[in-house]
Amino acid sequence: MTIGLENYLIVAAILFTLGIFGIFLNRKNVIIILMSIELMLLAVNINLVAFSVFLGNLIGQVFALFVLTVAAGEAAIGLAILVIYFRNRGTIAVEDISQMKG
Amino acid sequence: MILQTITFYLFAAITIAAGFMVIAARNPVHSVLYLILAFFTSAGLFVLIGAEFIAMILVIVYVGAVAVLFLFVVMMLDINFTELRQGFLQYLPIGGLIGLALLIELIMVVGVWQFGPEVAGHAIPQATTNGMTNTEALGNIIYTQYVYAFQAAGVILLIAMIGAIVLTHRTRPGVKKQRISSQVYRDPKTTIEVKKIKPGQGI
Repeated sequence: MTIGLENYLIVAAILFTLGIFGIFLNRKNVIIILMSIELMLLAVNINLVAFSVFLGNLIGQVFALFVLTVAAGEAAIGLAILVIYFRNRGTIAVEDISQMKG
Repeated sequence: MILQTITFYLFAAITIAAGFMVIAARNPVHSVLYLILAFFTSAGLFVLIGAEFIAMILVIVYVGAVAVLFLFVVMMLDINFTELRQGFLQYLPIGGLIGLALLIELIMVVGVWQFGPEVAGHAIPQATTNGMTNTEALGNIIYTQYVYAFQAAGVILLIAMIGAIVLTHRTRPGVKKQRISSQVYRDPKTTIEVKKIKPGQGI
């Protein structure tokens, strides 16, 4: 029994579903929502790398690198916004973030 | 080969369990630590498949930078996290339904999927090309064919860095700091007051 592409794809599918599920489950906590997004991006990376290796084409790994870059930038900006929001309002509950609603 | 299979299932099981604990842990600090565990074990999965460079970048960038950033933010913000967990189970049915539907769809796609005829010959695990190591082969592609995209990735990181600094920087009143120009331009006439004091009298 060898490890094929399907095994990696199923692991990635389960991780992606856990990310979606985490966003629904922790509707109030922005930090957990950001972590769920990181989980989903990790699942995407697993998909890209698995296809890249099993098809013998390195371009997938290049794009996994770019996904990693964007994920790092997104985490930095998201957490910076979170910190200044907490500094101004003293809370990070998602339902309180409605100041820009018309 | 049997060792590879056992290692894959071990790492996959730990990754999925850690991913579940990320969204289910009661304490956000524990969530971040489980996120780190998930990144580590998926780096192990990448090493197993022969993508060493991405695995090491995952450990360095995600574990070393992103997860530690999360850890700092979670620990710095003084938040009552039990309050944020109110209504945790309220969204469980709808979230579980959507998640289950998505998982079934994804697994159905994996189940019936097959390689196209033009790529079917390449469906053999092949970590490196032409006897080069994975890192060398990736460098050969990144610095030639994808050099503009690589530069754009650097620009994205620069913008993210500047954005994070601009967003969180604040000038607080009352902070003392050295201003050399004002020290240099101090004038003795305005700063020193000469008084003549007669003997036997105070000021």
